[in-house]
Amino acid sequence: MPVNPELQGRSYPATSPYLVGREKVREFARAVLATSPLNLDPDAARAAGYSDVVAPPTFPVVVQEHTLAQLLGDPDAGIDFSRVVHGDQRFTYTRPIVAGDELTATLTVTSVKSLGGHSMVTAESAIADATGAHVVTAISTLVVRGDE
Amino acid sequence: MTHRHGDEAAYSGQAALEIGQVVAEQTFELTRDTLVRYAGASGDFNPIHYRDDTAQGVGLPGVLAHGMLTMGLAVQPVVDWLGGDSGKIVDYQVRFTRPVPVDAEAGASVTVVAKVGVLDDAGARIDLTVTFNDETVLGKAQVRVAAGSW
Repeated sequence: MPVNPELQGRSYPATSPYLVGREKVREFARAVLATSPLNLDPDAARAAGYSDVVAPPTFPVVVQEHTLAQLLGDPDAGIDFSRVVHGDQRFTYTRPIVAGDELTATLTVTSVKSLGGHSMVTAESAIADATGAHVVTAISTLVVRGDE
Repeated sequence: MTHRHGDEAAYSGQAALEIGQVVAEQTFELTRDTLVRYAGASGDFNPIHYRDDTAQGVGLPGVLAHGMLTMGLAVQPVVDWLGGDSGKIVDYQVRFTRPVPVDAEAGASVTVVAKVGVLDDAGARIDLTVTFNDETVLGKAQVRVAAGSW
């Protein structure tokens, strides 16, 4: 089944709030081999002007993942997950995520292209805090391999 | 900002940078344990990152590191260069160009070299060269850092 070319421009409903826990930030920081005290020690983070421990730059993928699940789970999108390869990834930050943030994410498909039998789907997930203020946008390009 | 190239040192507390200057360099030793920890922390439980049989079943040599783990660790030397404050990073992007197989016994060594690629009024673009077995595994790996951050 091919990717639906009419997917471009489609948005999905905002995800339910994700509460960022201090121990989750620490766990993620250790998992990406981060050593900054701002990721691990609330006092160090406060001394640097943050309200609690700071999540590493790629932590937004944890929240973005919920939006990609919406896209991949949409039967009308026509994306066969077993054929998906992660092509590229980008984050544009207004501020870093910190423990205590309650985040929602809204995915929009910004581009669908065909290239040599494959499809390239670019999706932007805008992540906002509980006040509605922008925190970070996570952008992924998924390469969907065509039939062999 | 009205400063131009060559005036970087004029920023208060800001060291002058030059294009091509290496600001950070680090080698990370990955093992299967690293991948299991990342799977749990990130929620990415795709079995190609912990089961050789599944990986080989889809034509891969064996278990691979998560691309997002490689992206996640590759930026860490830059975060450290910025005094540990990732709030100075305004944009980070990579392209996944080559997989990183992680051998069950030998693991995998991933080396990151972070160089100044662009200096402009907005700040600096730090370009990452990320290699495994002397081959680059990420393309267009770029970290945008706000002016006055270093």
